[in-house]
Amino acid sequence: MNYRSSYFILTCLGLGFAFLYIPILSMVVFSFNASKLVTVWDAANSPTLKWYVALLNNEEILDAAWISLKVALINASGSAILGTLAGFGLARFTQFRGRFTLNAMTTAPLVMPEVITGLSLLLLFVALEQLIGWPAGRGITTMTIGHMTFSMAYVTVIVNSRLASFDTALEEAAMDLGARPLKVFFVITLPIIFPAVLSGWLLAFTLSWDDLVISSFTSGPGSSTLPMVVFSKVRLGVSPEINVLATITLAVVTTMIVGVSLWMARRARLDKLAA
Amino acid sequence: MTTSSGAVVKAQPWNDPTARPYVQVERITKSFGDFKAVDDVSLKIYKGEIFCLLGASGCGKTTLLRMLGGFEMPTSGKILIDGEDMTGVPPYERPVNMMFQSYALFPHMNVEQNVAFGLKQDRIAKAEINERVATMLDLVKLGDFGKRKPHQLSGGQRQRVALARSLVKRPKLLLLDEPLGALDKKLREHTQFELISLQDKLGVTFVVVTHDQEEAMTLASRIGVMNHGEIVQAGTPSEIYEFPSSKFVADFVGSVNMFEGKLIEDEPEYVRISSPELGGIIYVSHGISAPPEATVWAAVRPEKIFMSTTAPQGTDNVVRGAVQDIAYLGDLSIYLVRLPTGKVVRVTQPNTSRRAEAISWDQQVYLAWDATSPVVVTR
Amino acid sequence: MRPTGRLRRVGITGRGLVVALPYMWLMLFFVVPFVIVLKISFSDIDLAIPPYKPLLEWVGKNSLAIKVNFNNYAFLFTDSLYLRAFANSIKVAFVSTLWCLAIGYPMAYGIARAKPATRNVLLLLVILPFWTSLLLRVYAWIGLLKANGVINNVLQSLGIIHEPLTMLYTPFAMYVGIVYSYLPFLVLPLYANLEKMDWQLLEAAEDLGCRPWQAFYKITLPLSRNGILAGSMLVFIPAVGEFVIPALLGGPNALMIGRVLWDEFFSNRAWPVASAVAILLLLLLVPFMMWYQSVQARESAGAR
Repeated sequence: MNYRSSYFILTCLGLGFAFLYIPILSMVVFSFNASKLVTVWDAANSPTLKWYVALLNNEEILDAAWISLKVALINASGSAILGTLAGFGLARFTQFRGRFTLNAMTTAPLVMPEVITGLSLLLLFVALEQLIGWPAGRGITTMTIGHMTFSMAYVTVIVNSRLASFDTALEEAAMDLGARPLKVFFVITLPIIFPAVLSGWLLAFTLSWDDLVISSFTSGPGSSTLPMVVFSKVRLGVSPEINVLATITLAVVTTMIVGVSLWMARRARLDKLAA
Repeated sequence: MTTSSGAVVKAQPWNDPTARPYVQVERITKSFGDFKAVDDVSLKIYKGEIFCLLGASGCGKTTLLRMLGGFEMPTSGKILIDGEDMTGVPPYERPVNMMFQSYALFPHMNVEQNVAFGLKQDRIAKAEINERVATMLDLVKLGDFGKRKPHQLSGGQRQRVALARSLVKRPKLLLLDEPLGALDKKLREHTQFELISLQDKLGVTFVVVTHDQEEAMTLASRIGVMNHGEIVQAGTPSEIYEFPSSKFVADFVGSVNMFEGKLIEDEPEYVRISSPELGGIIYVSHGISAPPEATVWAAVRPEKIFMSTTAPQGTDNVVRGAVQDIAYLGDLSIYLVRLPTGKVVRVTQPNTSRRAEAISWDQQVYLAWDATSPVVVTR
Repeated sequence: MRPTGRLRRVGITGRGLVVALPYMWLMLFFVVPFVIVLKISFSDIDLAIPPYKPLLEWVGKNSLAIKVNFNNYAFLFTDSLYLRAFANSIKVAFVSTLWCLAIGYPMAYGIARAKPATRNVLLLLVILPFWTSLLLRVYAWIGLLKANGVINNVLQSLGIIHEPLTMLYTPFAMYVGIVYSYLPFLVLPLYANLEKMDWQLLEAAEDLGCRPWQAFYKITLPLSRNGILAGSMLVFIPAVGEFVIPALLGGPNALMIGRVLWDEFFSNRAWPVASAVAILLLLLLVPFMMWYQSVQARESAGAR
């Protein structure tokens, strides 16, 4: 295949990536700016780490981050399980009652505007509280339920598409050799699709960690998540601590992604050597 | 020394009414909606056979194989293996193993783990598993490859791992789905004989599905030719080749010249057929059963036709023509001879000697064949 | 023909359990809420907690009255604010989708044509912003677009302009924000579609006399139709109901229906009206969602 791309394409690629990254990089740069005005560079006192110190002492942000972390972890794990079940069911069982509905229910959240989902969840919780007394007020539980409902759709799509390109002969061969279907799933299918499930887990975690709208609708007093705190701050304009937060987030995500890529490349190299 | 499948062919249990079949397929039908993939098939397969299901894609052979393995449920009919009714039994409870077309090796396990998988499901002692796996790997000549993963093996090596994995459990029946399809020609020939030798050593009954008739002819003790979900003929390779029961089988296995004609003389020891297609008379030295004035087809194989530049004796089974095309294949040559009636006859001749007098294009030749050569089919 | 429908041996119970759990969850937490939204959109506002009156009310001892109040919907249609908000949201989402296509298609194409090693790096670069908080990335634009922000400072120091441009809190800022945030959502499915293309088709076309641009127009573009549609839907549908970006970057004149819903709900405490808005928005978007579903089905059917 001819890998040469025209200059036009290369320019577009370059401009496109510049467009994506300039805002991010500008945030990083200005997180070291001493000036409170953020975008006016204070050459005399910069670069400085004073805003980093300020952030790490900011109780409000730290508490919110802790809550976000808890919700994201539970959400990711729950969504991974439910999404894998749904994805497996949709991929392997070609006919069952309610298949069309399940398919629709797992693809709708992908495109539905969050204000609709958020509003409907809140009204559900209010109605439930009136009817049976649970949930008693909104908080971490209701937020987690809300997040799981839309995260699960993403995991389903990922697992479903992974299973579509999975050679079913592998599962048949395992059954042929004496393994019952449940065992086949845990010993053959799951280990092979594990990277897909893992990426679904990570995606669910990120979506939850980053979610503003649904959290706002389904949270209660004292359960503000990090995005909610950030939003209330940035409505008023720029804030240097937010720049710091962005830089730290970027650093963590980059480290993780680069780390995972290197780990996978290392595994592939080791496999070759084991020959 | 005869192989076990060869011994079976010698014993011919299918002609012995008292012989007990090892696998019995009784009136099996598989329908998908209105479409019948397998239509009322009945078969008897005997212990130690290599039975080949031969047919084009879509003829139902793979569906039939999968029903033997338990991956499809028959719509109606029964399957008995070693006397037991296995019709509804799931694959993990059948004493049957399958070698898949794509080999289906577990990519996250190495060769040893792949081969040991089936034994682990039966909860056999670890020491015994290790021993059996090692023996099996030696048998398929992969003894040093135990720790490798499937993606580090060549196609031929992967095939042998798949074979080892499916044989290590000593199944009563081994099903093979196009086992040699992915190999190149030389490797295929070599592996065909290896398969026969392996089957002989272990005495397992094989059922092989293939669309390659050369493969079927090499491997099989018996072949079942399938078309549109039915078994149109079952028999030994030579029976299928020399005595096809229909136009389809005659044409499917090997090449054949088919002459349509009408019976003009119908006696118990011989028949005479007048064929306008041929532009002559065909004399067959055995009787056939057909209604009088019936339209029949005489099938003559290309290698059974003698070609010469001088006129042979007699008027039956003789015809003149002009050489239209020649294909030189090294060990033999294929000649396409055009008859005055317009029909093109295919003749093959071995290149036994470097004759000075070679037949060339546009040459006028005489074609003749023995009275025992034609096979008459009525459908 | 390879028959499907494996694992039938599992039996009804095994299969049923696998799908029952996600099915029931989604029924309860995704579908039922919409029914409740519908119900509340028909009720009266009330100064109470919760701020709506129940649909069914006991009148006297033995009669039950159902009060279905269509006023909320009537209100939406009479007050031009809502109609303008719907229309504007569709316009903004549509234009943003076109911009995403203009920028994203060449990117997806370039990545699909790159060498495998480069391709992985480029994909990582596209996915990286996707994992970084959307909120923070939108916030970045505040810093870039405001009066004493980065862009104005750079342009002024270069002498290109003398007065800062007003970019923040304008529709322009909102468009930039939406295109910026949703770009990866278009590039990724489009890339997935282009990656599967048989590039030899282009070589065959050129061999038969087609110029590169013609080959692109006649072959690549039509074959990538499903990818274009899928990516566009993934941008358009959520963008219609977008709230965060208009709230942070658009000014008070950026009338988007997501914002209207939020304000109606949180500021005005008018839950029934907000519910009516949600229902209408949902009805508006359902045809597009179904279109997206059918494009996805066609794509996976073609792949098999």
